[in-house]
Amino acid sequence: MDKELKQLQEKINYDKTFDCVQCGYCLPACPTYETMKKETHSPRGRINLVKEYAEGKISVEDLKEPIDKCLGCNACTVVCPTNVQYGKILEGAKHVIEEKRTKSKKEEWVENLIFDKVFPSRKWMKRIGNVSWLYQKSGLQSLAQKIKMTSIAPLHLDQFEKVLPDLPSPTKRKSRPKVIKAEGETRMRVGFFTGCIMDSVFFEINKKTIELLIKAGCDVVIPETQTCCGALHAHSGKVESSRQLAKQNMIAFEEEHVDVIVNNAGGCGARLVEYEELFTDEQWKEKAKSFVEKTRDVSQILYEALDQIEFTRPINDIVTYQTSCHMINVQKVTKEPFELLQSIPGIEYRQFKGYDRCCGSAGIYNMLNYDDAMDILDKKMTHVKVSRAHTIVTTNPGCLLQMKLGIQREGLQGKMRAVHLVELLHEAEPVSKERQVTAISNNA
Amino acid sequence: MSKDWLNALQSQFGNDRVMTETKDTHSYSFDASFGSFVPEAVIQVYTKEEIVKILKVANEYAVPVYPRGQGTSLSGGPLPVKGGIVIDMAQWDNDLKVYPEDLIVVASPGVKTSAINEAAGKYGLMYPPDPSSSHVSTIGGNLAENSGGPRGLKYGVTKDYVIGLEVVTPEGEIIRTGGKTIKNVTGYDLTKLIVGSEGTLGIITEAVLKIIPKPQFSKTMMAVFDSVVTSGEAISKVLTSGLLPAKIELMDQASIEAVENFKPIGLPVNAEAILLIEVDGHEETVNEEVNQIHGILNELGATDVVIPETKEEEQHLWMARKLVSPAITRVKPTKVSEDATVPRSQIPQMIEKLNAIKEKYHVNLVVFGHAGDGNLHPNIICDKRDKEEMIRVEKAVAEIFEAAVSLGGTLSGEHGIGTMKAPFMEMELGKAGLDMMKRIKKAWDPNDILNPGKIFTSDQNNELVLSHG
Ligand SMILES: Cc1cc2nc3c(=O)[nH]c(=O)nc-3n(C[C@H](O)[C@H](O)[C@H](O)COP(=O)(O)OP(=O)(O)OC[C@H]3O[C@@H](n4cnc5c(N)ncnc54)[C@H](O)[C@@H]3O)c2cc1C
Ligand code: SF4
Ligand code: SF4
Repeated sequence: MDKELKQLQEKINYDKTFDCVQCGYCLPACPTYETMKKETHSPRGRINLVKEYAEGKISVEDLKEPIDKCLGCNACTVVCPTNVQYGKILEGAKHVIEEKRTKSKKEEWVENLIFDKVFPSRKWMKRIGNVSWLYQKSGLQSLAQKIKMTSIAPLHLDQFEKVLPDLPSPTKRKSRPKVIKAEGETRMRVGFFTGCIMDSVFFEINKKTIELLIKAGCDVVIPETQTCCGALHAHSGKVESSRQLAKQNMIAFEEEHVDVIVNNAGGCGARLVEYEELFTDEQWKEKAKSFVEKTRDVSQILYEALDQIEFTRPINDIVTYQTSCHMINVQKVTKEPFELLQSIPGIEYRQFKGYDRCCGSAGIYNMLNYDDAMDILDKKMTHVKVSRAHTIVTTNPGCLLQMKLGIQREGLQGKMRAVHLVELLHEAEPVSKERQVTAISNNA
Repeated sequence: MSKDWLNALQSQFGNDRVMTETKDTHSYSFDASFGSFVPEAVIQVYTKEEIVKILKVANEYAVPVYPRGQGTSLSGGPLPVKGGIVIDMAQWDNDLKVYPEDLIVVASPGVKTSAINEAAGKYGLMYPPDPSSSHVSTIGGNLAENSGGPRGLKYGVTKDYVIGLEVVTPEGEIIRTGGKTIKNVTGYDLTKLIVGSEGTLGIITEAVLKIIPKPQFSKTMMAVFDSVVTSGEAISKVLTSGLLPAKIELMDQASIEAVENFKPIGLPVNAEAILLIEVDGHEETVNEEVNQIHGILNELGATDVVIPETKEEEQHLWMARKLVSPAITRVKPTKVSEDATVPRSQIPQMIEKLNAIKEKYHVNLVVFGHAGDGNLHPNIICDKRDKEEMIRVEKAVAEIFEAAVSLGGTLSGEHGIGTMKAPFMEMELGKAGLDMMKRIKKAWDPNDILNPGKIFTSDQNNELVLSHG
C-alpha cells in the first residue's frame, strides 16, 4: 500500500472504523441525525465516510462538512453495542482535516488569536470577563469585520450577548484569595480548576462553587498557573496545543499537593479525565494518570458531603435538568446532580423528554454552526415547555448559555430561567451541619 | 452515458432534493450486512405521488431504484448494487393512526416498528412483531422482509398482522391490496405477495395492520445449560408438552460473553447456553405454566433456572438479548449473519450440524436466536481483510444452508434473501419453483428497475463471494 495512505490510516484511527457493523442502533440517539435527517450526519454515516476517506475513496472536502457538523456529544458511543470508539475516530478525522486544510492568512490569524492567545490566557480571559463577553458585543466580531473576515462563520455574538449575566467589577474579581479555608474541620484539600468561560463570564458561579465547597469541608486552592483545559483545541484538531495546555495544568496542580481536582464545567471535566490518552511517554503518562484519578465534578464532591450540609431555604419551584453530554457520556457522572437537586427542600422535579440529549451548544459549535445548533435547541425547547418547569438546571457553561438562549428564543424571559446546579444549591442556603452543631454547643 | 434521468428528476423535485454529492451518496451505500455500493442519487420522499414520479422516470430511462428504510437489513436488501437511485423512506415517519375500536393501525412506511407498538399500548393493545431492531427499523422494511422477533413463537410474524397495503407498482401505478377487514377473499392475496418481497415488486406507501389486546400478565425465566444441544432438546420438549410460551430465545456462550462485556448484568458467562423464556396470559395460567416448564427444564438437565423477581430484572434480560446481534462482533470486526431455520423438532440436529461445520472450517461460529420457532441465527465472526479466512467462511455458509435445507428447513426465516443468499435459491425451491417466482417478478416489473440484483442471481451475484467484500 501507498506509504502516505498508510500513515493517514494510522492518524485517522482507520482500524477503529471496522468496529462499526452499521447496525443503526445509534441512529435514535444522534441529535444531528434527528434534525438534519440524513445518514450523512448520522454516527454510522460519519464513520463510513472516515473509513472511505482513509481508503482513498473520497476527498477531504467530502469529509469536512459531515465532521464539522458533528456535535461531539458522544451519545452514540453510549448506546453502541460493539463499543465503537467514535470519539477517537472523530478526533482523528478532525486532526487530519485540520492538517490538510489550506488556510487563508486571515483565517490563520484569527484562529491563532482564538486558540493560542485567548483561550489559554488568563489575562485575556480576565479582559473578556472585565470588559464583557468577547469585548462588548465582541472584539472578535468587530475585528472580523475590520479585517473583512467573511470566510469564517458569522459568530452571532449579538445573540449570545443578550443572555449574558451581569459581569462582576474588576476589583471584585481581583480580590479573590488563592486559598480559602474550609468552614469547620478540613476534610480535604481540593484544587479548583476554574475554567476559562466559568472564570470570566460566570465568575459569580465560580464564587458560589467555592462557597459550597468550603461548607462541605474543603480547603479550596486555586493554582495561579492553571490554564485552559484544551477541549476546544482538541475538538478542532489542534492536538499539539491541547497537549501543551494539559502539561501546564498537570504541573500547576501537582505543585499544590491537593487531594482532588474539582471543576464545575462538564465540558472541561471531560477533557481533564482524558489527559492520559494524550501522552505516550512514560513520565507524562504517569503524571496524567494521577491527575485523572484526582479529577472530580463539583457535584460528586457535594454529593459525598450531603450528610454534612443542610439546606435552610426551601425552593418552591418546578425544576428540570438538562444534562451535559460530556459530563454524562465521557465523565460518566450521572446520578449526583439528580440526587443533589432532589435533596433541596420544596423542589418538584420534572424530567423532560430528551433531557439527556445534546442542547446544541457543544463547545463553540453553536457559534460555528449557528443555524444547525438552533434547530437542535428549538426541538429541545418544545420538550422543555411540555414539562412546565420554571427552572432549567445545567452543569456546564456552554449548556447554560444555550438554555438561556433557548428561553429567549421562546420569549419566555421572566417565566423560565436557566441556572447552573451550583447556583440553585447556593440559593437553598446550605449551612454546614458541623458548624451549626458547634454554634449550638458554643451557645449552651 | 448521459444523465437525462437525473435532469428529469431535478426538474421535478428541484436540485436540492435530489442528493448527488459524494458525501451524501456514499452515506446511502450500505446497510447492516456486507458490501457497499454507491448510488448516483438519493431522494427522500414524503408522499406516494413523489414515488410515482420517481418510478415513472426510472421506467422511462431504465434506471434502477432501491427503496430503503433505515438500512438495518442483514441481507443486503436496500443496497444499490447496480447504481441508480436510492429512495430514503425513513423520513416519512409521521403518519400513524390507531383505531382502537377496529383493532387496527394505519401507518406510513417510515414509521418505526417500536412506535407502532407504543401507540397501540396507549389503548391496552399491542402490535406483536418485535424484531430486535424494532427501535430503529421501519415498518416498510419489516413488511418487505417479513420480519419476526421473539414473540413470533406464539404470535406470528409481520405477515400475520397485515390486512391491507397501499403500493406503488414499478410502473408507477398506485394500487391497494386487502382492506380494513379481517376477512377478505376478493381475488389473489396480493398483500401476502408484497409482504416479504424485499422491495422488488412494489414500494409500500401505507400499511393497515392488525393489533391485539395486550396480555394481562407475563413472567420471564432463564434456564442455564452446559450443552447447546441439550438446550435444543429442552425447547422441543417444552413445545411438545402442550405449552406455548410467548418467547423462547437461545444465547450460546459467545453471545452471553459478548453482552456481558458490553453491559454486565450478571449472566452466567461460563454456561454453554441459556434459554430466555417468557410466558404470558392470565396470571393463574401463567404461574401454572411456569411451574410446568420449570419441571421440564430440570428434568432435561438445566443446571440452573432463574426466575427474575422484578419487571426491571426481566427487562435487563430481554435487553441483553436485543444486544446480542451487534455485540458479538467484539472479537473480530466482520459479521456474516445467517438465519437458516428448521422445523422445531430438528433444532438439536441443526445445532449438532452447526458444531460440526464450526470444527470443520475452524470458523468463529456464534449461535443465538428465536430458537423456539426453529429460527436460529448462526453468525460467523471474522475479519473481511483476511482473504484466507473469508474463503473458509464462504464454504461454511454454503454448508449451513445445505444443512438447513436437508433438515426440511429454509435459507432464511426472517432476514431475507437479498444479495447474499440468492445463489442458493434453486437448492431450496427447485428449478420450476424458482422460475415461477422469476415470472412473477417479470410481470410486475417488466423493465427490471425495482431493486434489481436481489432475491434472484444476476451476473454480479451468481455465487457467494465474501473474500473481496
Ligand atoms: C442488530 C440487528 C438486529 C436485527 N434483528 C432482527 C430480528 O430480530 N428479526 C428480524 O426479522 N430482522 C432483524 N434484523 C434485520 C432488519 O432489522 C429487518 O430486516 C428490518 O425489517 C429492516 O428494516 P429497515 O427499515 O432497516 O429496512 P432496510 O434495511 O432499509 O430495507 C430492507 C428491505 O426492505 C425494502 N424496503 C424498505 N422500505 C420499503 C418500502 N416502503 N416498500 C418496499 N420495500 C421497502 C428494501 O428495499 C430492502 O429490501 C436485525 C438487524 C440488525 C442490524
Ligand atoms: S451503534 Fe455502533 S456499531 Fe451500530 S451503527 Fe452505530 S456506531 Fe456502528
Ligand atoms: S457525537 Fe453526537 S452528534 Fe456526533 S455522531 Fe455521535 S451522537 Fe451524533
